Amino acid sequence: PCARAAAPGLRVYHGDSLATLGTQPDSGSVIYQENYEQMKALVSQLHERAQRITLGGGERARALHISRGKLLPRERIDNLIDPGSPFLELSQFAGYQLYGSEEVPAGGIITGIGRVSGVECMIVANDATVKGGSYYPVTVKKHVRAQEIALQNRLTCIYLVDSGGANLARQADVFPDRDHFGRIFYNQAIMSSKNITQIAVVMGSCTAGGAYLPAMADENIIVRKQGTIFLAGPPLVKAAVGEDVSAEDLGGADLHCRKSGVTDHYALDDIHALHLARKTVRSLNYQKKLDVTIEPSEDPLFPADELYGIVGANLKRTFDVREVIARIVDGSRFNEFKALYGDTLVTGFARIFGYPVGIIGNNGVLFSESAKKGAHFIQLCCQRNIPLLFLQNITGFMVGKDYEAEGIAKDGAKMVAAVACANVPKITVIIGGSYGAGNYGMCGRAYSPRFLYLWPSARVSVMGGEQAANVLATIAKDQKAREGKQFSSADEAALKEPIIKRFEEEGNPYYSSARLWDDGIIDPVDTRLVLGLSISAALNAPIQKTDFGTFRM
Amino acid sequence: RSMKYTTTTGRSITKVLIANRGEIACRVMRTARKMGIQSVAVYSEADRNSIHVDMADEAYCIGPAPSQQSYLAMEKIIQVAKVSAAQAVHPGYGFLSENPEFAELCKQEGIIFIGPPSSAIRDMGVKSTSKSIMAAAGIPVIEGYHGEDQSDQCMKEHAGRIGYPVMVKAVCGGGGKGMRIVRSEKEFQEQLESARREAKKCFNDDAVLIEKFVDTPRHVEVQVFGDHHGNTVYLFERDCSVQRRHQKIIEEAPGPGIEAEVRRKLGEAAVRAAKAVNYVGAGTVEFIMDSKHNFYFMEMNTRLQVEHPVTEMITGTDLVEWQLRIAAGEKIPLSQEEITLQGHAFEARIYAEDPNNNFMPVAGQIVHLSTPQTDLCTRIETGVREGDEVLVHYDPMVAKLVVWAADRQAALTKLRYSLRQYNIVGLHTNIDFLLSLSGHPDFEAGNVHTDFIPQHHTELFPAQRATAKELLCQAALGLILKERAATDAFRLKAQDRFSPFASSSGRRLNICYTRNMTLRDGKNNVAIAVTYNHDGSYSMQIDDKTFRVLGDLHSEGDCTYLKCSVDGVASKAKLIILENTTYLFPQEGSVQIDFPVPKYMSSVSAEGTQGGTVAPMTGIIEKTVYTFTAWGPEDLKHCPTQHRTRDQSRVSSLHPACKPKVFVKAGDKVKAGDSLMVMIAMKMEHTIKAPKDGTIKNVFHQEGSQANRHAPLVEFEEEESDKRESE
Repeated sequence: PCARAAAPGLRVYHGDSLATLGTQPDSGSVIYQENYEQMKALVSQLHERAQRITLGGGERARALHISRGKLLPRERIDNLIDPGSPFLELSQFAGYQLYGSEEVPAGGIITGIGRVSGVECMIVANDATVKGGSYYPVTVKKHVRAQEIALQNRLTCIYLVDSGGANLARQADVFPDRDHFGRIFYNQAIMSSKNITQIAVVMGSCTAGGAYLPAMADENIIVRKQGTIFLAGPPLVKAAVGEDVSAEDLGGADLHCRKSGVTDHYALDDIHALHLARKTVRSLNYQKKLDVTIEPSEDPLFPADELYGIVGANLKRTFDVREVIARIVDGSRFNEFKALYGDTLVTGFARIFGYPVGIIGNNGVLFSESAKKGAHFIQLCCQRNIPLLFLQNITGFMVGKDYEAEGIAKDGAKMVAAVACANVPKITVIIGGSYGAGNYGMCGRAYSPRFLYLWPSARVSVMGGEQAANVLATIAKDQKAREGKQFSSADEAALKEPIIKRFEEEGNPYYSSARLWDDGIIDPVDTRLVLGLSISAALNAPIQKTDFGTFRM
Repeated sequence: RSMKYTTTTGRSITKVLIANRGEIACRVMRTARKMGIQSVAVYSEADRNSIHVDMADEAYCIGPAPSQQSYLAMEKIIQVAKVSAAQAVHPGYGFLSENPEFAELCKQEGIIFIGPPSSAIRDMGVKSTSKSIMAAAGIPVIEGYHGEDQSDQCMKEHAGRIGYPVMVKAVCGGGGKGMRIVRSEKEFQEQLESARREAKKCFNDDAVLIEKFVDTPRHVEVQVFGDHHGNTVYLFERDCSVQRRHQKIIEEAPGPGIEAEVRRKLGEAAVRAAKAVNYVGAGTVEFIMDSKHNFYFMEMNTRLQVEHPVTEMITGTDLVEWQLRIAAGEKIPLSQEEITLQGHAFEARIYAEDPNNNFMPVAGQIVHLSTPQTDLCTRIETGVREGDEVLVHYDPMVAKLVVWAADRQAALTKLRYSLRQYNIVGLHTNIDFLLSLSGHPDFEAGNVHTDFIPQHHTELFPAQRATAKELLCQAALGLILKERAATDAFRLKAQDRFSPFASSSGRRLNICYTRNMTLRDGKNNVAIAVTYNHDGSYSMQIDDKTFRVLGDLHSEGDCTYLKCSVDGVASKAKLIILENTTYLFPQEGSVQIDFPVPKYMSSVSAEGTQGGTVAPMTGIIEKTVYTFTAWGPEDLKHCPTQHRTRDQSRVSSLHPACKPKVFVKAGDKVKAGDSLMVMIAMKMEHTIKAPKDGTIKNVFHQEGSQANRHAPLVEFEEEESDKRESE
């Protein structure tokens, strides 16, 4: 798997320096300014909503939590990771407006990647201020997704456990299925077997199934007088066997550290526990080994906020994806591949925070040429161990008589197959629309990119709302015509309106993020940083060799 | 070029042994080197790595740390002089410098003792003898009655003869005990009885003496030199009035406000005094001077004084060179007329001591040391370097800072400027005190006298005020930037060197990271909320005020400076972070801010940099810190917050000490305030008292053994309230 060993250092002679990409936008133009303001408004909304989510379960729950001498979950993470280091939070909007009037901020669990004692770790922290940290269906999904990311990228897992267990009222959506509650412990066992360390810090209750979280960990820590682990809590014990016992005596730190041996380290309080967790990571003897070359990181030549004015929030407006690339990659340098062929797909090599990336971006609908070019480029990246970045803004593959005759289906299939099989880290950012088979070819969620992010202006659906409404209206019109009935324009409008509305709602990034169809909504300005962090995390796993299947020729 | 100096006996000095240590040994060696004379150092085992050993051309170990067995061991020193073939011995000051037997011994062994004849030392060493010699030579002395006849009538007659005001003092007295000032005959009887009562009580001896009382006296001394050819000169006076614990801390030359006529009279009186004892070499005649500039002989010091550099600065001489030349039999290099006075010089003595704790000496390591630049007008006389220990066995003086300028005001300004650049971390020093002393308006006006410090005590020791919020911001920034430097160092060592995870941007997705830090300012905890802004600046909130702070660290030589801007006000301060304390040295004074950490963290602080990262310090829950002092009860009120143990159940030593006397044993029950043991350090006794009620679990030191700084001395049984489990 490590065909290309990392060779740090730069070998650039004067004549080798690449021409830079990007142009100065006309920032005075009406369209630029309108774009800028619309995108800025979406970003402000994003920040406001995120800010509210960080408060967790509200003032009273927070006050109660603090009064017990506990740190809030975000403070726990801040104290766990290296001081002042960044934290890549994932699925921030999980559960957003998902359960009607029941608010479950961040899905009741905070997940993300941060450096602990210099090691990039997946951190999963229950938020006990949200319904006592109990697992809603989305909580389970978010937890399992975090584990999936950890498994794919070989990230040490640290669970900061403080949860009442499964949400009993929703047990049918939490317990029985493959990817439900039990999957968490299955994943722990599987990851442990693959030498991906599982660390649990018990900072609250771990009852019933939850008891397995620390029990399945490789090494664990428990906070005295806060953490408890038992299969059945005192009320159930009383009911079942008639014993009267306090939670602390039944499953507290003293019992588990001294007697049962369920836990390994005894912490005086949260801060101490996190300190011990940092020490545990230090003892992993873990070394990140890169399978790629690195070069010194360089800022892009253009300010990132110009993305607001260039891209905007109106998906009907076109823009050159190269201008986006110019504001993301090191030194705005882009080594374009097949620039003159299949030009609705832009492909080329660049670096982000010194890491190499192969970038595939959309500049319009996909034609046969574009799809073949895309497949070719993916093959190159897989051969060279270069992570792939998809900048998605795609209405789909070209349709029509000529194109079908040309075999666009088989050419599209080549690209889809290449994307599916590619074993290099794949990261997708949806910077505009993501519709139909375009979503497949550009590595949508179903193609298991390591990370998938949305800009707040993005839309994801099988096709555009208006197109879908038109399709359905045409079908209805034809049916009416067959029945010899009238189909007035008023009828048409009445049919189309709810469809457009529904597509608009369901294609919205918050709708997607609430359901874990992505890993987060990001400010376009932060794209470069988020990508850098994601690639850095992804490179913890050795890059596997890719075997492609049959390409239909 | 090697110069030879012929002695009266026809011998020359080409090699000199310096029977001393520290700054004076270095001082003598510098001049010896200048003159082409080889220097031989002697050192105790404790001084093995000190500068004076490095500076010397040859060095000999003469025994263990205690002075009695090393620097006071005459035979060993003579032995080294013989082995090394040194023709002369320079005794420096202190140790053997005023020991007539040593001078005699040198003479017997044919070694030149650089100092006066032993007879002069002996005569001047006894107060009553010296006074009668001086009185006979027509030098004004303090009138007094020291007689056997203690009858009331006799006492009263003598008081009348001397003239009021007079002082009645216990013969065995000291420290102001049994001492009364009598301003008129009316109150004599009453005060006499009172003094006797107190003397009886304190010393079990009610014998008293009477002396002329000089109100707010000044301590003025004159530098004199005599040679073997009968010449004697004076090099003007020094004022050494400002003292604490009967030791000088700031000296100056010439004496402020002294008229030329008085100066001449002082000088001539000093010369007469020297001649009266056939003085040879460097000497100092000390006078007490009243507010009308009448002066009276007090004593004569038969050695080179600590404060000789101020005289050198105003006369442009090298007094050590003079000593060496005169010892070799030469004449005094300048005649009285050729010795002129120019400008004004100050010397500030920097001591390892705690002014807030009654100037108690401290010992320990100088972890950080940076000094002002030296030049023709700024001298630093020191015997320690960064990393050296100030030892419990010897004088705690760390350095002398000497400045010269054209007039007193200019010299004072320069002194203060240079003191601000003298930064020491690791142990307490009197630098901040010297700054407030030299900045006092009465000091500036030259109104100096020996009671200066007690008189101005409140202004010199202002109540500790809260540190300015802007400085707290700087301290927090300093810590954050140090963390960043640690992360960067780790990053550069790693293969994955450009990962944004290795940055210290504090970035969070869609939200800003606000870090809650706790700083400890004196005894108060201050909460500070630091928000990491995307532009690399920080918003720091203390109470309801928010500051925008940005800056970076940069190195100059061995020092790290924090360059920062707080709400647009730019500043630069030296920054030192040691364990959990930040020291900032901005232009005015110094700031010390602690970052409180829980016990289990402080006990592992040595591994604070985990994998290139610093142990987290945010959101720390402060544990109760028990404050106690090892000094006696009257010192308790000056107890500095820095002296404390974090561990409630242990009592530990504040400084290294020898020979404890132990009063308790394991199993004893004690009450708070009970004496546990007495430590003897730096020639002072310190009583260690129980910080709380409890039972003694362990006593770690035997009587007579040595205790290191912060070494636990006594352990208490753990009680329910402070039972703590740690990992």
